[in-house]
Amino acid sequence: MADVTAGSAGRRSWWAGIGQGRHVLGLLFLLPAAVFLVLFLTYPLGLGVWLGFTDTRIGREGVFVGLENYELLWIDSVFWLAVFNTLLYTVGASILKFALGLWLALLLNQHLPFKSFFRAVVLLPWVVPTVLSAIAFWWIFDAQFSIISWALIKLGLIDHNINFLGDTTNARLSVIAANVWRGIPFVAISLLAGLQTIPASLHEAATLDGATGWQRFRYITLPMLSPIIAVVMTFSVLFTFTDFQLIYVLTRGGPLNATHLMATLSFQRAIPGGQLGEGAAIAVAMIPFLLSAILFSYFGLQRRKWQQGGGD
Amino acid sequence: MTDQPLTDNSTGMSYLDSLPRRMVTVFLPLLVFVFVLLFPFYWMAITAVKPNFQLTDYANYSPLWVVEPTLEHIKYLLFETSYPGWLWNTMLVSFFATLISLVASVFAAYAIERLRFHGSRWVGLGIFLAYLVPPSILFIPLALMVFKLGIYDTKLALILTYPTFLVPFSTWLLMGYFRSIPYELEECALVDGASRWQILTKVLLPLSVPGLISAGIFSFTLSWNEFIYALTFIQSSENKTVPVGVLTELVRSDVYEWGALMAGALIGSLPVVILYSFFVDYYVSSMTGAVKE
Repeated sequence: MADVTAGSAGRRSWWAGIGQGRHVLGLLFLLPAAVFLVLFLTYPLGLGVWLGFTDTRIGREGVFVGLENYELLWIDSVFWLAVFNTLLYTVGASILKFALGLWLALLLNQHLPFKSFFRAVVLLPWVVPTVLSAIAFWWIFDAQFSIISWALIKLGLIDHNINFLGDTTNARLSVIAANVWRGIPFVAISLLAGLQTIPASLHEAATLDGATGWQRFRYITLPMLSPIIAVVMTFSVLFTFTDFQLIYVLTRGGPLNATHLMATLSFQRAIPGGQLGEGAAIAVAMIPFLLSAILFSYFGLQRRKWQQGGGD
Repeated sequence: MTDQPLTDNSTGMSYLDSLPRRMVTVFLPLLVFVFVLLFPFYWMAITAVKPNFQLTDYANYSPLWVVEPTLEHIKYLLFETSYPGWLWNTMLVSFFATLISLVASVFAAYAIERLRFHGSRWVGLGIFLAYLVPPSILFIPLALMVFKLGIYDTKLALILTYPTFLVPFSTWLLMGYFRSIPYELEECALVDGASRWQILTKVLLPLSVPGLISAGIFSFTLSWNEFIYALTFIQSSENKTVPVGVLTELVRSDVYEWGALMAGALIGSLPVVILYSFFVDYYVSSMTGAVKE
């Protein structure tokens, strides 16, 4: 969608810029990136929307069937369950990631020994390939040999193994926990960068005026941090909403579809199931949610900038 | 990356807190965080060297420790599975995808940020929006395209599709980096009669090495970690990447080879962790810098 505007703007500048070296050169320099993005991003995006209106299967060309895929999805209880799961997963994981990430950022912003060591170590879960750390969680969440169950039994808190991935509620909580584990570093390090731009003099002045720690956090830290919070959380929400890897490794959507997200359902119907049209329709159904998340944060960001007296 | 932290080296107001209080409010929670964030890695490592008989015998052996560590799982992984091949594939794909993306991104970022042709702001915005398009929406149509182009089940399919998420990201990051380099340097060169090409290669690029390094590391890491395209476009074992190979080939029988699985996960993570540990400062600064835009 983006490159449609980009392309038309490029054409206009071509006509306007003939004879002016930098315009022609600009387009020339832009060409490699533009070719890639138009061929492998814009075109597939359009193709995906088109596929959603056809009954294409693997190995068979589809014909246009109008809204049939969407009508079928509308009465498909598994699809609605996946929508519900996706929203639950996104909201639950994002809130936890934000709260814990902010807390970790505040801790790392303190005067600490080995500060750079902590900062480096904290980023590790984010660097390691998701699939590979998810495999580790798969083993941690094992029904029989879970280390968490073992530790809790040893501590005398429970008396039998927890069935982490076999029970619907447990499975939902487990995948959210694994996602939060992976997401905290990104939120924490980004917010830490924001925290370090807040002048210490504000906190000192407030302390002299008798503000408590909570008041300083609520009326200095949080407002100063809100623009970066908006950006970081938009990214976090987008990536959580479209998550695929973690679920695919840990549960493949089970038990009883309780952890099926829209992305995993789309994959399951399209690739192993062969129904490319239906899978594409599910993927397209994600777009309105993504757009509203982007718009929400865009306008949220604008308002906050204005509140701080910042320009456009 | 340009604005230095204002408070970093001062003790701030922390002298107002007593040490026992700081112990409870700062160090204790921090230790819990570090423990939780690092435990899965410890667990991976300990499982990878644990002999099978200890792996499932929690009654006689503490699961948290290992007696008689073994390299059996790693040996099995390296000599009896296609794992070395997957490592090689992942490296090859990541390297070429990164190379292509970096070249395309440098030109694009220079054009948008410095040539400032008509509509360059819109192109910049478009590139940013392109980054927000998730692979889980694109993989179905891309699979169809890959099949029609006749590159299904080849490494080329991955090398050509990975730049879809690498180019927007690197361009965005490099735009931010180019912006931090003073315009005057280029103007001087321009006055001295340098062409645009010379300015780019002899003035801007040498100054942007840290930016290029972090864009390269990011791209390499993102390609290394990519999963959904590799899962969809690759079928034969000899073309798989590490994440896909470990998940689809090592998990076959009813008895999971946990030791080999964990060794595979650990060895597969090592290259990006090593890369990252060498350049952690670039990484952190550019990550926060890119987000701060």
